[in-house]
Amino acid sequence: MKKASSRSLQFGTDWTYAPAPESSAHIQFNERYGLFINGRFQAPSTSRYFASINPATEKEIARVAEAGSSDVDKAVRAARTAYEKVWSKLSPSERGKYLFRIARLIQENARELAIIESMDGGKPIRESRDIDIPLVAAHFFYYAGWADKLQFAFPGRSASPIGVAAQVIPWNFPLLMAAWKIAPALACGNTVVLKPAETTSLTALKLAEILQEADLPPGVVNIVTGAGATGAALVSHPGVDKVAFTGSTEVGKHIMRSIAGSGKKYTLELGGKAANILFEDCAVDQAVEGIINGIFFNQGHVCCAGSRLLVQEGIAKDVLRKLKDRISTLIVGDPLDKNTDIGAINSKAQLQKIKTLVNAGIREGGECWQSECEIPSKGFWFKPTLFTGVAQSHRIVQEEIFGPVLAVQTFRTPEEAVEKANNTPYGLSGGVWTDKGSKIFKMTSRIRAGVMWANTYNKFDPASPFGGYKESGVGREGGLHGLYPYVNLS
Amino acid sequence: MATRKSTAAPRTESRIDVRKTYKLYIDGKFPRTESGRLMPVRNKKGEILANVCKASKKDLRDSVVSNRKAQEAWAARSAYNKGQILYRIAETLESRRAQFEQQLVNQGLAQASAISEVSAAIDLLVYYAGWTDKYIQVFSSVNPVESAHFNFSFPEPVGIAVVIAPHAPGLLGLVALTAPLVAGGNTCTVLTSEHFPLTAIDFAEALAASDVPAGVINVLTGKRDDLLATAGSHMDINAIAHVDLSADQRKALELQAAGNVKRMIDFNGGELLSPYAILQAQEIKTTWHPVSF
Repeated sequence: MKKASSRSLQFGTDWTYAPAPESSAHIQFNERYGLFINGRFQAPSTSRYFASINPATEKEIARVAEAGSSDVDKAVRAARTAYEKVWSKLSPSERGKYLFRIARLIQENARELAIIESMDGGKPIRESRDIDIPLVAAHFFYYAGWADKLQFAFPGRSASPIGVAAQVIPWNFPLLMAAWKIAPALACGNTVVLKPAETTSLTALKLAEILQEADLPPGVVNIVTGAGATGAALVSHPGVDKVAFTGSTEVGKHIMRSIAGSGKKYTLELGGKAANILFEDCAVDQAVEGIINGIFFNQGHVCCAGSRLLVQEGIAKDVLRKLKDRISTLIVGDPLDKNTDIGAINSKAQLQKIKTLVNAGIREGGECWQSECEIPSKGFWFKPTLFTGVAQSHRIVQEEIFGPVLAVQTFRTPEEAVEKANNTPYGLSGGVWTDKGSKIFKMTSRIRAGVMWANTYNKFDPASPFGGYKESGVGREGGLHGLYPYVNLS
Repeated sequence: MATRKSTAAPRTESRIDVRKTYKLYIDGKFPRTESGRLMPVRNKKGEILANVCKASKKDLRDSVVSNRKAQEAWAARSAYNKGQILYRIAETLESRRAQFEQQLVNQGLAQASAISEVSAAIDLLVYYAGWTDKYIQVFSSVNPVESAHFNFSFPEPVGIAVVIAPHAPGLLGLVALTAPLVAGGNTCTVLTSEHFPLTAIDFAEALAASDVPAGVINVLTGKRDDLLATAGSHMDINAIAHVDLSADQRKALELQAAGNVKRMIDFNGGELLSPYAILQAQEIKTTWHPVSF
């Protein structure tokens, strides 16, 4: 670490961490992975395989099949057959037992899955090990229990499955998003065709192996890998009854258009530009930790990231100083190192997008400050960054950056904070920091967002519904409310 | 211009009757359409009953501005108060039911159907008046998260909805789509039935007399096809509720609705009396707070 300046915290000059890498020597990858259709891996009709690389090293880890439209068709048919012949006929408690089984197998394989997640996607092992994978297992466990209790979830109504669900997931929480999609769908009696993001297919394919080990009936879950074209073929396939998508608002709108008039049900978890709001009466040191967790968790590749900091004027100077001090201590580097705070940017394309928006922020007159931390020479990295002097109209205040970049604004009154917080097309999440209970409730009710964190940030749980208002999406995932997207009520 | 048929109840007295001018209902006022365009409403015999305003795109946009202005305050009213206001609409309709029955008959409905439709509309309002302080309890949850946090979820109104009232039943359709939205704290603009616009404006007068705040329910008469595209593409409309759109209309609307991820609420096949109708125009908000000393 660099010698601290006189205005920084004085940790001394030899405040360094020895490398503490998690070993990946025992992780075995196939040279290439086929598509998981009807319970077995098979070659794609396209005969094409694409490389999945480690974004921290730019080295190829494995090759993954590119599903063409005939593969998608095959997968949807397999899901349909499994739905009609097996899954919808199985008793709900038996369905649940499969899900419990899957949850247990994920726990057993947790370490391996965490390492693969970090290798394939670039996230710090601390997060994949302590957050992503435990939540994956918990999510299956939670929905497993719902399978035979659905009659208690919807007062006055009885629930029946919808049919075949097409599920397209992003690269920021690869296996966790797969769990969020698959677990409730299966619990409610649907079958699934899942399309992972092209940069992070590997844990989904490992999950396929787990599903085989769990003896899940063939065709109940099918996994087709590929890029945008594969996803488009899947959601617009006429044999699909329901579409579930997590990703950008832009692609979400595209999906809405592609299924317009089809009568397909859909849930969309889209982008966000959350305001994290600090009042003068907050516990500043805790709030600073909350800001760090809000924007730098998972390199800022988080739809609900607290990417806008709104800080009340009286404490703005103090907060900024503490924030910069804290950011300066963040370690950016090897995702497999247990000391790493910020891992690799998921892809070259995403890195480019972050740079473009940061440059736009500078061009529009924002003042850019970056940590002076060192970053590796190979791989995709971006230093933790914050902007001050930005206006509500600036692109970096309005647009989702999906990277470790924080836009800082100030406010004087709660009204102003609400106004600024709500002044984007998004409405996914938000944060409020204050010591006053009544202010918490007033703020959290006036901010138009689906998830509000008060005196905390970026917490997730399978029992807790998640999803957005406005252009941040439609529907909820997680909790009792996460059952609605996967049932017809009568 | 053809001669006009009186819309008043038949009487024997010989007198020049005072005819009503039908206007739009926006923000608690009765303005004419800014376009100045009219369309005649005829009875089954083809006689003109009245002219109604053919609302324009600009009227719709003005209406949405008024809905937005009213929404937060409407949602912030206590559930008890919202329930009382809905009940008040029912009271007002009940006291004017002869007028509504007559107007439905004028527009072509049989007497018996008119009577049962007005009764159903009134009873439906009473039903939703009773839900305003209950649906939140039914659809909320306290979520047992693993970490030391208090976590709860509850429904909040989606915001502004456009109601595309069905062509029939003229009064009941309008009320059935509007009541669950408004009971849930939303404000809305109703595009009325093209066949029964007169009862819709009569209904607006009942709203004006029932303590419904300005902008909570606006009523636009006119041609559905003139306004669908504007409703679909408007960036400050959060939801569109409909029940009898053609497949083509529905597809066109859904294509446009993607522009700001509008919630498309299809009441077709749903029950008229159900808290799930309210839930359709709600967002679920989840709040976390640490539990500690």
